[in-house]
Amino acid sequence: MNINATLIGQSITFFVFVWFCMKFVWPPIMQALVERKKQIADGLAAGERGKHELELAAKRASENLHESKQKAAEIIAQAEKRAVQLVEEAKNAAKAEGDRMIASAQASVAQETVRAKEALRAQVAELAVAGAEKILRREIDAKAHADLLVAIQNEL
Amino acid sequence: MSTEALTSSEYIKHHLQNLTFGKLPGGDWGLAHSAEQAKEMGFWALNLDTLGMSIFLGLIFLLVFRSVAKTASAGIPTGVQNFVEWIVEFIDTSVRGSFSGKNPLVAPLALTIFVWILLMNLMDLLPVDWVPRIAHLLGLPFFKVVPSTDPNATFGMAISVFFLVVFYSIKMKGLGGFVGELTLQPFGKFGLPANIFLEGVNLVAKPVSLALRLFGNMYAGEMIFILIALMFGGGIGIGLFGGALQWAWAVFHILIVTLQAFIFMTLTIVYLDMAHQEHH
Repeated sequence: MNINATLIGQSITFFVFVWFCMKFVWPPIMQALVERKKQIADGLAAGERGKHELELAAKRASENLHESKQKAAEIIAQAEKRAVQLVEEAKNAAKAEGDRMIASAQASVAQETVRAKEALRAQVAELAVAGAEKILRREIDAKAHADLLVAIQNEL
Repeated sequence: MSTEALTSSEYIKHHLQNLTFGKLPGGDWGLAHSAEQAKEMGFWALNLDTLGMSIFLGLIFLLVFRSVAKTASAGIPTGVQNFVEWIVEFIDTSVRGSFSGKNPLVAPLALTIFVWILLMNLMDLLPVDWVPRIAHLLGLPFFKVVPSTDPNATFGMAISVFFLVVFYSIKMKGLGGFVGELTLQPFGKFGLPANIFLEGVNLVAKPVSLALRLFGNMYAGEMIFILIALMFGGGIGIGLFGGALQWAWAVFHILIVTLQAFIFMTLTIVYLDMAHQEHH
């Protein structure tokens, strides 16, 4: 427990160790620490950015989906409208066609009726004349009464 | 030592004697074989155990930290790297907290002081008889394994720190500023003798308190270990009790060991910070 030259030896050792530590130990370790700190900070920032982008993408996707749904609904509505329209048109066309056919049938019926009337008229006149002839053959001369007969025929 | 019949007092004295190398009374250079011989060697003698252990421990510290520093990268740290970085970060935080100036020396200095003193103090936890016993087998008369229980070691470090404090005081404030700080305050230039006395005591108290605090704590701790070790010779019952006491004291001592290293480091930082600061 005497103070002796160990004191000096210890001091020299101390300075040598401190010098070595300052030169070869502290700077590389500190640099690694600083670099790692920066890397971690960068990584965290990138993660944050990624998260944000993901959120944006999700929002965009849901927007797209919504829009598409709306469009699809619109298209369906349009198609339905168009279908109704088509049916309506078809109905109208059919109705018009039917009417036309009915009209033409009626027309032809009327024509037939007229024709039949003409024919009947002629025949009635002939029959009347034939009847009258038979009667008048017995009583009167047909020629004498011809103007009468024509008058009757016109009345028909 | 149990091989010879030693009294308790001799046992304690033996444990407190350094392995001193110096000039023997006969004129030859050699190891002192008794406390008296060591005393007679005067100042020009070396405590080989103190120097050897402290250099050995310092080299362990530097080798481990250097090996990490060489491979240190920003990537995922390995186990040792993690541990070393943890200590470095801890020191860096302490220095940033207490040291306001800019000096690339302070942080490595603090790291060296902390780890080195911690390793020296940790030698206290080795059972007191192990290393002296091995030394005895190697033919060495004494071996004190804890360098920080040798005032030479603690004063050596404290005086080095003191030297740095004076050096940076003069470097930062100029010689005039440093002398002015010693002579012109706190009482102004008319109270010059009182100023020199007060500031001188203040200045010298720094290394003395630094050295004596560490030495005193470690010496007292070592002494208690030695006293507990004495109980091992007193039969099975007392021996077992001694074992339990030794364990308890060692656990408590872990705290002291770390605390003293930390205090030495922190005070060094604070003293250097004061050296860098302009007074008033």
